[in-house]
This record gives sequence, structure tokens and C-alpha cells, in this order.
Amino acid sequence: MITNRIGRGLALAAVALLCGASPAPAKDTLTLGMAVEPTGLDPTISAPVAIREVTWGNLYEGLTTLDKDGRIQPLLATSWTVSPDGLTYTFKLRPGVRFHNGTPFDSSIVKFSLDRARAPDSTNAQKQFFAPIGSIETPDPMTAVIRLKQQAGLFLYHLAWGDAVMLDPKTVGTNKTDPIGTGPFKFKAWQRGDRVELARNDDYWDKGVPKLAAVTFRFIGDAQAQAAALRAGDIDGFPNFTAPELFGEFQKDARFATVVGATPRKLVAGLNNSKPPLDDARVRRAMMQAIDRKAIIDGAFSGYGTPIGSHFAPTDPGYVDLTGVLPYDPAKARQLLAEAGHGDGFTVTMKCPQMSYTTRSCEIMQAMLSEVGITLNIVPSEFPAKWIDEVFVKYDYDVTIIDHAEPMDIDIYARPAYYFRYRNAAFDDLVAKADKLADEAGRSKLYGEAQKILADEVPALYLMDLPRLNIWDAKLQGLWPNEPISQMYVRDASWAQ
Amino acid sequence: MGRTILRRLGSFALTLFVASLLVFAVLDLLPGNAAAILLGTAARPDTIAALEQQLGLDQPGYVRYLAWIVGAFTGDLGRSATYGVPVGGLIAERLAVTLPLAALALAIAVALGVGLGVAAAAGQGRAPDRIASGLAQVGIAVPDFWFGILFILLFSTTLHWFSAGGFPSWSDPAAAMKALLLPALALALPQAAVLTRVTRSAVLEVAGEDFVRTARAKGLSARRVLWRHAVRNALVPIVTIVGLQFSFLVAGAVLVENVFNLPGIGRLAYQSLAQRDLIVIRNVAMLFAGLVITVNFLVDLAYLWLDPRLRRA
Repeated sequence: MITNRIGRGLALAAVALLCGASPAPAKDTLTLGMAVEPTGLDPTISAPVAIREVTWGNLYEGLTTLDKDGRIQPLLATSWTVSPDGLTYTFKLRPGVRFHNGTPFDSSIVKFSLDRARAPDSTNAQKQFFAPIGSIETPDPMTAVIRLKQQAGLFLYHLAWGDAVMLDPKTVGTNKTDPIGTGPFKFKAWQRGDRVELARNDDYWDKGVPKLAAVTFRFIGDAQAQAAALRAGDIDGFPNFTAPELFGEFQKDARFATVVGATPRKLVAGLNNSKPPLDDARVRRAMMQAIDRKAIIDGAFSGYGTPIGSHFAPTDPGYVDLTGVLPYDPAKARQLLAEAGHGDGFTVTMKCPQMSYTTRSCEIMQAMLSEVGITLNIVPSEFPAKWIDEVFVKYDYDVTIIDHAEPMDIDIYARPAYYFRYRNAAFDDLVAKADKLADEAGRSKLYGEAQKILADEVPALYLMDLPRLNIWDAKLQGLWPNEPISQMYVRDASWAQ
Repeated sequence: MGRTILRRLGSFALTLFVASLLVFAVLDLLPGNAAAILLGTAARPDTIAALEQQLGLDQPGYVRYLAWIVGAFTGDLGRSATYGVPVGGLIAERLAVTLPLAALALAIAVALGVGLGVAAAAGQGRAPDRIASGLAQVGIAVPDFWFGILFILLFSTTLHWFSAGGFPSWSDPAAAMKALLLPALALALPQAAVLTRVTRSAVLEVAGEDFVRTARAKGLSARRVLWRHAVRNALVPIVTIVGLQFSFLVAGAVLVENVFNLPGIGRLAYQSLAQRDLIVIRNVAMLFAGLVITVNFLVDLAYLWLDPRLRRA
């Protein structure tokens, strides 16, 4: 009797094994983890990075796009010409493109989308990108002519941002919750607080793309929960893993591919340039020389990251390495402070947003600055609500710290209302000139000079370029390790057979 | 009896009204606004002003309060500033996770807590008592989210029996229940520990009273004395604790929901507070307040039913 039962059990086990051994159907779905849930799915009306990550290039497309190295490429415009005076851009549009609801894409869509972005009541977070536009003409359905009021060297680049995507006029009111674009994936469902599901757009203009039938973005804020979801196999990857201290363990695990990618995200300790003693460049230079950037990278980011010397990322075209201008040198820092009349040091307040990496960075900076006699009072500031209000709206701070995610955003130092409160006419001039210049080499040269001014005057302490810590299933291919712009581009993703 | 209930209903409504004023006023004092947060580091004065107007944040406080109250009575709770969807639906989606979670946790806590508590009382001073009291000691000392982390380590990342979190939606009820089991257990254990102690001491206290001695003297079996007389009369303090626990489980599940990444009402409260989505947080806060006030009201009614002596008061 007992042997009989064991025999039957063995037979069942053998059947199960055989079934398991038969080739499983090729996997054609993907689940990726993200730390922050988007606040709506329309990248043209609000700024949070998570919105662009889910929607840009997946649901919506623009006239131009950036490739994985950050170069401008055609997308919904197949080609363009720029008039010799740099004021007229003529775009040839891609034929046969339809929105997910069937609306055809043509020049009237281009006119509508860009006019909406630059309208007086527009809440587009990058409204200034569209300010140079004077008028948009539509000589025929497949041609759009944009006339600028003034030259704008980065115009094509800015058209590649999520803030400049093409929208169907019929759906602009509902895109926030029910996005309709021209992208390779269609919106399927959003279980708020948990996931956004996308399904393949079978009518996508680029045949053979995408390869996956469905993509799900899962939102997991807690770093330990992110790691647990990866290990339990709940998600196939976490392209922007937020816990550098746990990354090393995944590097040892053969199930996962771990790639350290580059990003344009700059970790910067902003200084209030309108408040003494921080209005004195000697004091700011002393603070910069009191800071060992490598110690912050090691202490707060487990060694991942690249030191920077100005407000430019190594991946941005025109980057100049200026980390040697004000290197770590506490003795020099003390001397500079004495020259500025602060030989006995001083006390300032640091509004520290509450995120793990910023908190650790604040504490390390506090220790380093105390070495040269500067006392940093760390005041926690709830992020985003309180921090935006205190630092951004009211300028009520001396020192703070935040990661600036936008690429090529050196012009923020030329904005009078920006939180650094930095004023330098020569710098403003350079940036204004560079922004207008269409020639890339000449523009890079001007941006190089602008970077040098910041490296020397340190309106903010330049700490590091943040890495992108990618963890995904070793069999997954086609995801971008780098981040030329905030995105989670799944168009080309597929599974190795 | 009828007048007692009416009086309690009146004070129930008044408490709700005062709570709504407090909730509105306190939240309005918070620094930061949803428009500036949505625009983040790209915010400029003109875009903030335009978005404030679109979200209705530029109106005076009394106008927004009246709009909220009038809307609530007509079933329109407003739209979330961050998600852009009606708040009522948003809250309903989250309650569909949290209410079953809290109910499951409460059922586990009552079964474990009352069972262990009665066993401890029946075997006072002997092994069952010592075991139950020891377990209760551990359950009270260890917080629920810590149980959650342990469960994930053991059942998800090591044994792979459960997923490490998330919620698959009720379209697949079996999968949904499975996703709630570990978090419910984690939530239940500390509550069960409290219930074990309360039950044990309540039963022991009643066991010393005259009517129990009388029942025993009449020759009833020990089991019948325990369940029919001692436990039934010990139910008043137990029901009080269970009532308090249910509102605690709904409002206080935020840490466990975070550990298991569950899209419940606790996470919604936390997120909307961080985003200064005042329309959402206001309604969630009112829901919590309403829940506590309602549960207290129901516990009051339960007393009247359980203990005839209170009906005369």
C-alpha cells in the first residue's frame, strides 16, 4: 500500500517535471519598477520626472527625439531645414502616423500642440522653450513651418523633451488620466498607488516595433521593498534603483544584469547668493574647497557617481571638467575665510530635504565644513511640499541640496527669480548668446565659458553627477542604461530567446 | 432607549461638523501648495499662478470650505490635484484594499487573541497561561511593520511562496486575497497580543464574581461556566478594544501598507499629504474621523445590548 502510494507520487512528479521541461512560450511582457508614481500622465502640464519616465517615447512622441547618447534624431518629423538667419524651421512630417484613437497626425497637430504650450495660460513646466516661437504655418498637411522671433540654438533639442510632445486636440482635457499619443504603446490601465499598464500599439507607424505585447510600471518607494520585489521575481527590472548601498549585492547575483549608467542629474548644494556671508565669492570658494566630493560619493552613494566642478553633466555636449578649479584643500579654505574676514568662522542653516541620499550628504558636508570653522545647522525640510515653499518660493534658506534632473539647464543661473539668487551680467550675456547660437561647436564653446564662471564663482557647491543604477533580468535586452533625459524607454526592449 | 439613541445621534452629527472645521483649518495652515509641487524645480511665478487658478487654489478659504461641504452632500467630493480624478472614486479604490485588509486582520486578531486569552484564563498559572502570556509579550513588543519585513524575508524572497508586495486588483479574488494575507497577519499579531491580555484579565475578573460562583454551585460544567457566563460577561471590555482596533487598523495601516507596497487608504493619506493634495487629504482625514466617531457610536450601542444595566442609565 505504502509503496503503491510512493509509486503514484513518483509518477506524478515525473509528469510535472516533463511539463516543466517542455519549452515555455517566449515571454513577451515586461514589468519594471519605479520609485515614484507619476502624478498624471500628461508631460505637457506638470513637471515631475516620473510623468516623463512613463509617458515619453512610450505613449507620446515629439517632432524630434534624443538617442541613447543624447544626440537629436528625427521622430514625428522625418527631416527639417533651418533658414540661414536661423529664424525659420521647416519640418517635413512623417506620413501615416495616427494617434491611438485614430486621429491622423499632420501639421495642424503641430500648430495646435506648440501654440498650446506657449499660450499665456499654459502651465507647461518648460514654457520658456516655446517663448521664441513667433508663428506656426501649415502650408500643407505634411509640412510645418515655425518662425522664431529670435534665434534659439537649442530649439530642436528642446522639441525632443517630453514637454513638447504632439497631442490630439480632442483629448488634451483628458490626457492626464487617459493619455492618447502616437507612441509604440497604448495606455491600458492605471491602478493608482500600484501600477500603470501599457499594451502594444498594433497600428504603430514603425512596423516591427515594439516587440513586447505589454509593459507594466510598478511603483515601489521603499528601497528595501524594491530589492525584495526584484529578488522575489515580482518585477523584471529596476532601471533607476534608489539604494546604492544595496546595488553591490545584486552585482554578485547572476540572475541580474547590473549596469551603472550616466545621467544629466547634478547633485548641487545651492547657496543663497543674496544673503551674507554667502554673497561673498571668497566665502563660497572657501566652502567649495572645504568639501571633499569623493567623500560624499563614497559616503552617501557607495562610491557610485562622478565629481563635477560646475553645473554641467559629463554627458552633456560641451562639458568641461572643472573639478580642478577649487579642489579639496581645507588649509586653503581657512585662508580664504580669513581673507574674507571670517577667520573665526560663521554659522549658516542648511535646509535639508528628507531623502536618504540628501540626508547623508548633508551630514557629511556638516562634518567637512566644521573642519574649517563653518557651522552648518541642518534643518530637515519635508520634500517636496515644505522644501519647495521655503527654498523655491520664499528663498528662506542659506544652504540646501537637491538633484537637478534636467539636462543642459545652465540657464537657471541667469533666471532672476531662481532660488540661487545669483546675479552676474557677464554670465547672463554668455548664456543668452549661447541659447541663440545655432552652430553647435560655437555654442559648446560659450557654454564652456559659462561653466568656468560658475566653477570660479560657485553660486552653488558642485558635488557630483548622479549615476543611474540599473538592475534588470540578465535575459532582458534593449533597455537604455544611460539617461540623456528622464525616461524609461521600452520601445526597443525584448527578451533573449 | 429610543431617546438615548437620538441623543447620541445628535452629538454624533455635531462631532462630525466640528471635525470638518478642524480638518479644513489645520490642513490650510500647512506650508506649501499643490501647484508649486506639481511644477517642482521648473516652477516659475507665472506658471504657479496659472495652475493655482486651474486647481481653484486661489479662492478664499470660506469659499473652498463651503464648496467642499455642499459638494459632500451632493456626492461630489472634488478632484484630486495630483491625479486629476474624482476623489470619491480614488478613496473607494483604496478602501477596496484597506477595508478587507483591516477586516481580515481583525478576524485573525480576534480568533487568536480571544482564543489564547480564554485558554490563558482557564489554565491560570499553568502552562497554557504561561505560553499565551509569553506570546502576548512578544506580540506587544514587536511592531507590525517589523513582522511584515520578517514575513517578506521568509515567505517571499527565501521561500518564494508569496510575492513581496503589491496588489493585483479584485478581478482575480484569489490573487487579491493572497496579496492581503501576509500584511493582514503582520497587522493582526500585535492586535492579537493586546486582545490576549485584555481577554485573559476580563475573564479572570468575571470568574471571581458571585454569579459565576452561583453557576458553578448549581453544578454547571466548567466549560459551560466559562463560555456562557464568564466569557459572555467579559465581552464588554473585549468589544471596546475590538472597536478601537478596527479604526486603528484602517487608519494605522500606513506602515504595513508601505512595507507591502499596498495601494491602501493609509498610503493615499501619506502621499496626498506629501503632495499637499488638500482636497484628497481633507476627505481622507474626514473619513478617518468619521470612522472613529462611528465606531465609538456603534460600540456605545453594543454596550447597551450586551449589558442590560447600562440601558437604565
